[in-house]
Amino acid sequence: MRIVVLVKPVPDTASSGERLRPDDWRLDRAAVPAVVNANDEYALEAALKLTTAHGGDVVLLSMAPPAAPETMRKALAMGAASGTLVTDPALAGSDTVTTTRVLAAALRGMEYDLVLAGADTSDGGAGVVPAGVAALLRLPYLSYAAKIEPLKETETVRVHRISPTGYDVLEAPMPALVVCTQALGEPRYPSLKGIMAARSKELTTSALADIEGAEAAEPTTAVLGAEAPPPRAATRVVREPAEEAAKQVVAFLVERRIV
Amino acid sequence: MTYRLTEDQAALRDAVRVLADERIAPRAAEIDRTAEFPWDIKELLASHDILGLPYAEAYGGLGGDLLTVCLAIEQISRACATSGLILAVQELGSLPLILAGTDEQKQRWFPDLAAGKLLIAFALTEAEAGSDVAAARTRARRDGDDWILDGSKRFISQGSVADLIAVFAVTDDGEGTPRHKRLSCFIVEKDMAGFAVERIEHKMGIRGSPTAELSFRGVRVPDANRVGGEGEGFPIAMRTLDRSRPGIAAQAVGIAQGALEVATAYARERKQFGRPISDFQMIAGMLADMDSQTEAARQLLYKACVEIDAGARDAGRWSAMCKLVAGDTAMRVTTDAVQVLGGYGYIDEFPVERMMRDAKITQLYEGTQQIQRLVIARALTARP
Repeated sequence: MRIVVLVKPVPDTASSGERLRPDDWRLDRAAVPAVVNANDEYALEAALKLTTAHGGDVVLLSMAPPAAPETMRKALAMGAASGTLVTDPALAGSDTVTTTRVLAAALRGMEYDLVLAGADTSDGGAGVVPAGVAALLRLPYLSYAAKIEPLKETETVRVHRISPTGYDVLEAPMPALVVCTQALGEPRYPSLKGIMAARSKELTTSALADIEGAEAAEPTTAVLGAEAPPPRAATRVVREPAEEAAKQVVAFLVERRIV
Repeated sequence: MTYRLTEDQAALRDAVRVLADERIAPRAAEIDRTAEFPWDIKELLASHDILGLPYAEAYGGLGGDLLTVCLAIEQISRACATSGLILAVQELGSLPLILAGTDEQKQRWFPDLAAGKLLIAFALTEAEAGSDVAAARTRARRDGDDWILDGSKRFISQGSVADLIAVFAVTDDGEGTPRHKRLSCFIVEKDMAGFAVERIEHKMGIRGSPTAELSFRGVRVPDANRVGGEGEGFPIAMRTLDRSRPGIAAQAVGIAQGALEVATAYARERKQFGRPISDFQMIAGMLADMDSQTEAARQLLYKACVEIDAGARDAGRWSAMCKLVAGDTAMRVTTDAVQVLGGYGYIDEFPVERMMRDAKITQLYEGTQQIQRLVIARALTARP
């Protein structure tokens, strides 16, 4: 089977530095190193497990600034076979509507049984792109997957979707789009051989003009302002052994009428 | 030489760093406390191909150049010096085979060593033959197609967990034989009859890495396990150390970097007199010195690796210099890190006291600092 995983390079939240540009409140992507969006790594891990079990390969699809190949290589090092990066100066500052349309247009030119995506990204955090892509492509949309099971005989995919009370079992014909959760398992660390191999894997860069039906549109949303979160108030750290620590924590909460 | 790492080298270093931070650092204190060899970390390194770095691709390795091997040792040692030594010793023990082994010997052992299925140790030192290597008394005498080994080796890193041991033994002690032509090198397999681990030393640092005394009582070793020619053991051992000392320098740089990072984080958070102690010039100056000294040691190490790999004629000088500088730097930087943390640095709530204990070994093994100076001075004064 062939699985396309949607991946997005995002600023490394572990790094310090100003992240929002003061003039337009957009993320200053040049100021901080990029990493693969953590939730996308869970999707990639799930895809790699599926192709290991059922055969086939995993390809990556991303829409990102031109500096993204380095980040894509890290995803290739985990085991994806190849990748496509859609990058175009006209896409700078795109909102989720444009992103959704461009990814959908790119997917129209690809063959796949499944599209896997992370639940949301750690930068924008909108969490609507996978659903939008599925809607535009008229693919079955299976969200919040805790388990993914392709069924060969019926050419369907069965997914355990996390619900407030447990999980729902959904089944839909393939191709389908599945949104992955952390319940699918921790992403692997790339092995050194994987990293070496990633250098020679095919990573295609496409401009908008290369993709039929893809175009940049005026953003439908605008950022009016942004503020840094307020600094954390003084923190009290309890270092006593567990039993004593528990007493102190409870006393602290009671004192403030929290419990 | 290039003054930047290649993309591959930087990518491999970063991957090892992530693994060290997330998987090895959380184990370091426990490894030190229990003084048990960390088999789980050995498995981790094996499953990520890290133990394959020193071997050629033809034998299932990654064909890592010396600098790449050292980058990995440095990153692992930054989190845990015992764990960093697993790769360093795997390389050390394999070097006689890499340098002088036959293709048949490499085919036989390298794939399993590269995959981490086998561990190998390097047994040169004896109780009475430390710095004076050529004074070794372990003997190997011919018996048909085999050799019979008798004697004992001391201070053998990972000697008790290794599957293979590169042992240096006297094969010719004739009166006219020069000291440097007395030794030959053999691969002893741990299951061979007559081989035994006599005891494990109780150590100040690198406590998870077992340092063993090994005995050989009539161990029958086939001639196919002889590495290099008869009488070539001493030059093989010296060439091995020329290539392996940078690994110890890398361990030392890693330890220093780890201690610097802990001290810096602590100084920024620790408040006295109402300010972070990093605001005080005496502390800030110490941190600046620690950083500069660590970077200087690192740069000498990287340069030495490149020179040695390029076949420099004074490889011995480069390797001795980088270990000398890095070992002393690790000792000084870790001692200062304990000082920055004050009383907290002296207790095991923070890792710097462990790092200080670990640092000491880098001034002792694979040649004491005094021996490094001897090597450097000889190279210096022998120049025309």
